[in-house]
Amino acid sequence: MSDSHSPEAKAYWKENIRLVLSLLAVWFVVSFGMAILLVDALDNIRFFGFKFGFWMAQQGSIFCFVILIFIYVYKMNKLDHKYGVDEDRDDFARDDTYYHDEEPEK
Amino acid sequence: MDVQTLTFIFVGVTFAIYIGIAIWARAGTTDDFYVAGGSVPPLANGMATAADWMSAASFISMAGIISFVGRDGAVYLMGWTGGYVLLALLLAPYLRKFGKYTVPDFVGDRYYSDIARLVAVVCVLFVSFTYVAGQMRGVGIVFSRFLEVEITTGVLIGMTIVFFYAVLGGMKGITYTQVAQYCVLIFAFLVPAIFISMLMTGNPVPQLGFGSTLVDGSNTYLLDKLDQLSVELGFSAYTAGNKSTIDMFFITAALMVGTAGLPHVIVRFFTVPKVRDARISAGYALVFIAILYTTAPALASFARVNLINTVHNAEYKTTPSWFKNWENTNLIAWVDKNQDGKIQYSAGKAFDGKPQFIETRGPEGERKISNSPTDTRNELYIDRDIMVLANPEIANLPNWVIALVAAGGLAAALSTAAGLLLVISTSISHDLLKKMFLKDITDRQELFFARMSAALAITIAGYFGIHPPGFVAQVVAFAFGLAASSFFPVILMGIFSKRMNKEGAITGMVIGLTFTAGYIIYFKFINPSANSAENWWFGISPEGIGTLGMLFNFMASSLVSRFTAPPPKEITDMVDDIRIPQGAGASYHHVKS
Repeated sequence: MSDSHSPEAKAYWKENIRLVLSLLAVWFVVSFGMAILLVDALDNIRFFGFKFGFWMAQQGSIFCFVILIFIYVYKMNKLDHKYGVDEDRDDFARDDTYYHDEEPEK
Repeated sequence: MDVQTLTFIFVGVTFAIYIGIAIWARAGTTDDFYVAGGSVPPLANGMATAADWMSAASFISMAGIISFVGRDGAVYLMGWTGGYVLLALLLAPYLRKFGKYTVPDFVGDRYYSDIARLVAVVCVLFVSFTYVAGQMRGVGIVFSRFLEVEITTGVLIGMTIVFFYAVLGGMKGITYTQVAQYCVLIFAFLVPAIFISMLMTGNPVPQLGFGSTLVDGSNTYLLDKLDQLSVELGFSAYTAGNKSTIDMFFITAALMVGTAGLPHVIVRFFTVPKVRDARISAGYALVFIAILYTTAPALASFARVNLINTVHNAEYKTTPSWFKNWENTNLIAWVDKNQDGKIQYSAGKAFDGKPQFIETRGPEGERKISNSPTDTRNELYIDRDIMVLANPEIANLPNWVIALVAAGGLAAALSTAAGLLLVISTSISHDLLKKMFLKDITDRQELFFARMSAALAITIAGYFGIHPPGFVAQVVAFAFGLAASSFFPVILMGIFSKRMNKEGAITGMVIGLTFTAGYIIYFKFINPSANSAENWWFGISPEGIGTLGMLFNFMASSLVSRFTAPPPKEITDMVDDIRIPQGAGASYHHVKS
C-alpha cells in the first residue's frame, strides 16, 4: 500500500489499538478478575442455582468472550469503512477469481 | 439392536462420509493443499476451526476432569476459549493479510532470518507431534471399548481414514471433513447431555439444568446437592477451589496464550478469502466451541452426582454392566478393603498408582490387582477419561446414544489429528524443503513432498498411538507452554512493534523456550518427587509456567532489540502493509506468480 505511512493510516491504527485495548480490559476483568481473583468474594452472591463466582468461572466468562469477538468484528468493520481501507474498495479483490462466486458486486 | 451393532453402523456411516468428502475435495496445487486455495467461507472455517481445536481431550477427557476437580476445572474452560479473544483481536486478521502458508513463514519473513524460521519449525514439529500422539490414543480407546477390537487395530483403522483425506485432499479435504466432523461431534456431545439434564432437572438445556433444582422431590439445587454429597464423602465442596489463586491465574493465562499460539489453529485463518472473514470466522469458531464448552461443566456435575449415587455403597455383584465393562478395559478397579462386598467411595486414593491387574478374581468376582491398598476408606479407582464415554450408560440412556458418543469421540480425535498432520507436513515440505534446503523445486514437486511428509507423519503418529510414550499426559503442558513462550510473543511483536528485529525475536524465543522447557523437564522428568507447591517458583506449577516464559520472552526481546540495529525498511513497510486490511486478495497473487 502506498498510503500506509499517511496520517490517515496512523489515525486508523491508533483507533484500532484503542478498541483492542478496551476490549482486552473487559476480557481480563471477566476472566482473571471475576472468575479467579475475586471468585471467592463473588461466591457469596447467589445467581439462580449457582454461586456467582462459580458461574462466571464455568459459564459466564465464556459467554463474555463470544460477545467480545462479535463487538470487535462489528467495530472494526465500521472503522475500516470510516478510513476507506475496507476490502469492498479493493479493486484487486474484484477481479480475483477466488471471490468471484461469493461476492457479487454492489 | 445392541450397542456394538449400532456403533458399527454409526462409525461406518460417518467414516463413509469423510472418505466421500476426501474424494470430492482433492487438492490440485500446493495452494489447495496448504490453505484450501484461500477460498473457505467464514462460517465453514468457523466450524472447521472448532473441530480442529476440539480434540479427544476436549470431547473425552475435559468433562471427566472437571467432574473430579470441580470449580478448578475452570482453568481449562476459560483457558481453551479465552485464547480465541486474543487470536481474533491480535493475530488472525494480520496473519491473514500477511497471506502465506505457515507460522514459520511469518516468523522467517518478518524477522528476515532463516535461523528464526528454523527455530519456529522445530517448535511447530514438537508441539504438533506431542498433540497428535494423544489423538491417536483416543481413537484406540474408543475402538477397543465400543467395537471390542485391539487398540492396535483401532489405531490402524484411524490412520487409514486420516491418511485418505489428509494425503489426498490436503487442507481442502481436511476443511470440509472437519465441518462434517464438527456436526457429528457436537450432536454426539449434546444429545446425552440433554437427555441427562432432562432426567435430573427436568430442563432440556444443560446450561440451565446446571443451575436448576433436582426432580427427585427434594427441591434442592443440583450444585448444592453435589456440594453436600462431596463433603459427606470427604471431598472438598464441588463449587469450592483447591488450587492457589496464583496458580489458577498462571495456568489459565498459559492455556489462553498457548491456544492463540498453536500453529494448527492459526493456519486455519489463512484459508479464508479476506481479512474481514478471518475476524468473523474467529467469532463463529468460538460460538461453535462455546456450545461444547458451556455444556461440558454441566455434564460434569450431572455425571458426578450420578456416579456417586450409583456406585457408593452399592454391592459389587449388582453393579450395572457398564461398571464391569470398564473394569475389563482396566479403567475401573475396586479393592474390597473392609470385605463387605460393597463399594465404598470416598476421598483419597484407593491404592498407589495405576491398577496392575492380575489374572485371578476376588470373592465377589472382581478383578484383583497387585497394588498395595492405602489406609483410606476409599475402595474405588476410576479413570477420569471414562466419564463422558460411560455417562450415557450410567444414566441408562438408549443404546443408540451410546453408539453416537463413540462416533463423536472418533470425530473429535480424527479432526484434530488431521489438522495437526497437515501442519507437520507443511512444515516439512514448505518451511524446511522449499524455503531452506531445496529452493528450486516446482509446485508439483513440492506437492509431492507435502503428500509424502503427510504419510510419514501419519505413520509416526500411529506408532505413538500404539506404543504411547508414558509421558503423553505430561507433555501436554509442554505443548501449551512452548506455544505460549515462543510463538505468541514473537508473532504479536512482529505485528504490533515495528522496532522488533531479528536479534530481539531470536533471543526472546530462545530464552522463553529454554526457561519453560527447563522448568517443565525438571519437575516432570528429572525430579518428579519435588513437583509440589512448596518447591515451585512463586507457587506456579509446570502447567502454568509458560506464562512466566512468555513474560521473559517479551522482556528479553524488547531489551535486545533496543540495543541492536532496527529492521530494514522493507520489513517495516511489510508491517505497515499487514496492518491495513485492504489488498488481502493481492497477497495470494504474489504467492502464485
